Parts: sequence; C-alpha cells; structure tokens
Amino acid sequence: MRDIRLLTQTFFPGALIGPFTQANPGLGGVCTFVGEVRPDSEVEALELSHYEPLTLPGMHALADRAFDRFTLMGLLMVHRVGVLHPGEPIVCVSAAARHRRDAIDAVDFCMDHLKSAAWFWKREKRADGWHWIEPRADDTRDLARW
Amino acid sequence: MITVVLLGKLADIGGAPTLTLPAPLNWDGVMAALPPALAQAADDPRNRVAVNGALLAEKAALQADSGDEIALLPPVSGG
Repeated sequence: MRDIRLLTQTFFPGALIGPFTQANPGLGGVCTFVGEVRPDSEVEALELSHYEPLTLPGMHALADRAFDRFTLMGLLMVHRVGVLHPGEPIVCVSAAARHRRDAIDAVDFCMDHLKSAAWFWKREKRADGWHWIEPRADDTRDLARW
Repeated sequence: MITVVLLGKLADIGGAPTLTLPAPLNWDGVMAALPPALAQAADDPRNRVAVNGALLAEKAALQADSGDEIALLPPVSGG
C-alpha cells in the first residue's frame, strides 16, 4: 500500500497512521516519523515552495527506491507545502513491514532523502523579513549514509 | 513563447515566479534574455535546469522551443 502526497493544508499525522496500518494487514511492524516546524524564538513562519512537475514524481521515485531496497508492505509519505507555523507537522513518513528493521530503515532512508534531495525550497520569516534556507553540509553527510 | 519558471530565491531576484521569453532558446539565449542580476544568479553551477519537467544533465544541453517550460532550480534547502 503506497500513499504519497503533497498537502497544502495542515494535517494530523495520527489521522493518517491508523488507516495506513489498517491497510497493511499481516504486518509485523510500523515505523512512523513526524517532522514538525521547530519552535524558534526568531522564526515566525516557514514557507515551502515546490515545482509540481518534479516534486511529487521525485517522491514517487524515492518510494520506488525504498521498495526496491527494503522489504516493505506499505509506505506512506506526506509532505506539506505552503506557509507553516512553529509546531505544525511538515512531514510524515510511515513504513509497514513484516520485520522491524525494514520499516525503521526505510523511514530513515526516506527522511534523509526528503530532507536533502527532494525538490523543496524553504524560506523562513523573521522580524526583518523572509530568508531563504541554503543547503547544509549535514545533508550531504546524511545522504552518504546510504 | 517559452515559459521560464523561477524557483526558490531566483523568484525573488526575478521579481516574479514565472516569465516568458521568445522561442527558441538555448542556455546562451536564456543568459542573454534574462535581466543581468537574474542571469548571474541563474548561472550558479549548483543550479539545475529542467525542460517540461525533465532534468537536463547540464545546462549546455538546453534546447527549448515555443510552448516549452524551462525551470531554473537552485539547490534545495536543507533540513
């Protein structure tokens, strides 16, 4: 069961995980990661922009790689775009598998790639206006793990 | 005409998320047609270029005709 989505409105990860788990009968484990906009006293908002012809197809290609690499029953990958505020969920990845290691590693794999290589551009709003977020060296290191 | 989509900070530098340029265009043509500040930012070697949603291996391979959509893609933001 594969559920890959871009969302423009706030979402409740718990409301996704229940049905996802139900849709994969016979699973041995589910691993879920939820990323939220980190509260930061200087950041008022975060905006994610994307490019429709690349971003969602890129997420599907990432899901293909996860299914090739790990023994999965299901994969849920949901990412927000638009303006978000601290505390709001920005990403949810959940993997269902017969065995825990596949589920855990698939989520780790997808998150490292979503954070470093997916087609999202982020800028944050501070008191003095909007600032684009540049690539970080950590992201390259995260990708090199795989 | 060719639609040029500006992503990330290129949209700020260009003052709009898209612009249109006369066809046909190769990379040198794009550089010549864009305002200088935008051309300079777009020429960053880390940027990628897509035509109609397909990434090019290198900017020099760009060949766009009327009705095509060129996307100028800066490096994606980190976590």
